[in-house]
Amino acid sequence: MSDLHAEHEGHEPEQHAEHHIVSPMVYLMIFGALLVCTALTIGASYLEMGPWNPVVAIGIACLKATLVVLFFMHVKYSSKLMKLTVGAGLFTFLILVGMSLSDYFTRAWGQW
Amino acid sequence: MSDSPAIAADAGHHGHDAAHPPYLRHHFISMEQQTETTTFGMWLFLLTEIMFFGGLFTAYLIYRNWYYPAFVAASHTLDIFLGSLNTLVLISSSFTMAMGVWCAETKRSKGLVWSLIATLVLGLGFLGIKADEYHEKYVKDHIPGHLFPGHAFSPVGFVHPDQEALKGGEKPLAPDMAAKTEVYFSLYFAMTGMHALHMIIGIALLCGMLWKASRGGYMDGHIAFVENFGLYWHFVDIVWIFLFPLLYLISRHS
Repeated sequence: MSDLHAEHEGHEPEQHAEHHIVSPMVYLMIFGALLVCTALTIGASYLEMGPWNPVVAIGIACLKATLVVLFFMHVKYSSKLMKLTVGAGLFTFLILVGMSLSDYFTRAWGQW
Repeated sequence: MSDSPAIAADAGHHGHDAAHPPYLRHHFISMEQQTETTTFGMWLFLLTEIMFFGGLFTAYLIYRNWYYPAFVAASHTLDIFLGSLNTLVLISSSFTMAMGVWCAETKRSKGLVWSLIATLVLGLGFLGIKADEYHEKYVKDHIPGHLFPGHAFSPVGFVHPDQEALKGGEKPLAPDMAAKTEVYFSLYFAMTGMHALHMIIGIALLCGMLWKASRGGYMDGHIAFVENFGLYWHFVDIVWIFLFPLLYLISRHS
């Protein structure tokens, strides 16, 4: 058992990221950034930007979600395995949603 | 997510580490590996949740493009102040939860209890505001279907907007388009309702965690439950971050 342990320690120390404690200062700054983004998205919805209104709204929402995932959910300080897991999930999500939408938007669009 | 104290393997068998914490399960080599595994599992669960909400968002985006005027008019009946207030409340609760995780990591028992209390109060506040908004839908006959006698869904207000709405720039919809506002409210209740259900489950877990923390729990370094609950709570916050602009802010300018 102890041999196995020693062997593991030998070749994968970098696999387990050191448990990083995110400081309250970082949380506070992210909290502030989220509040600013919320104010921006509310303000932007009152501006006439034509087709850009939804783009701006979704863009700000993505920015906020990224901040939450990276800092509140510690992904920035996590191991490569965790980053890859989150990235793969996001990729799959975009494939599923993107493919479904592209199908709807190109099939008999406007003839419902 | 397991919170029960692990059955500690006897130190003689493992031999390699004198400071072997009792909550290290015997099939893990180290605490790092155990933590990594639980976090990995939690993320996999959250990814299935993201796919689940993704289906709702896709349906919403398709219908919104099909029945855009109905979706705009229906969206304008939502109270932007209450929606913004709820966003503020939920982001604050995410912040207090993040602080709770920090308190658990740095073994601050009082701080953890107060962070959890703040998170709980903000979570309940969110649900209270949401309940008020749902009640307004009931009063305005905006609940889809015929669930409540005397309050069946009625799109009449979108065909003949009242004086106040007309002054606010609201345009009357043709009856067939106005009927499609029911699709908007169906999606509104499906999405916010499913989000609220996640909040309720979270609040139940939060109560259990608070009960344990108030008795000095989570101070021995075994904080997997607090950390993974934090991930869940932030995920629920992220869902709202997308729901808010999509449902409330479609186009406030027109």
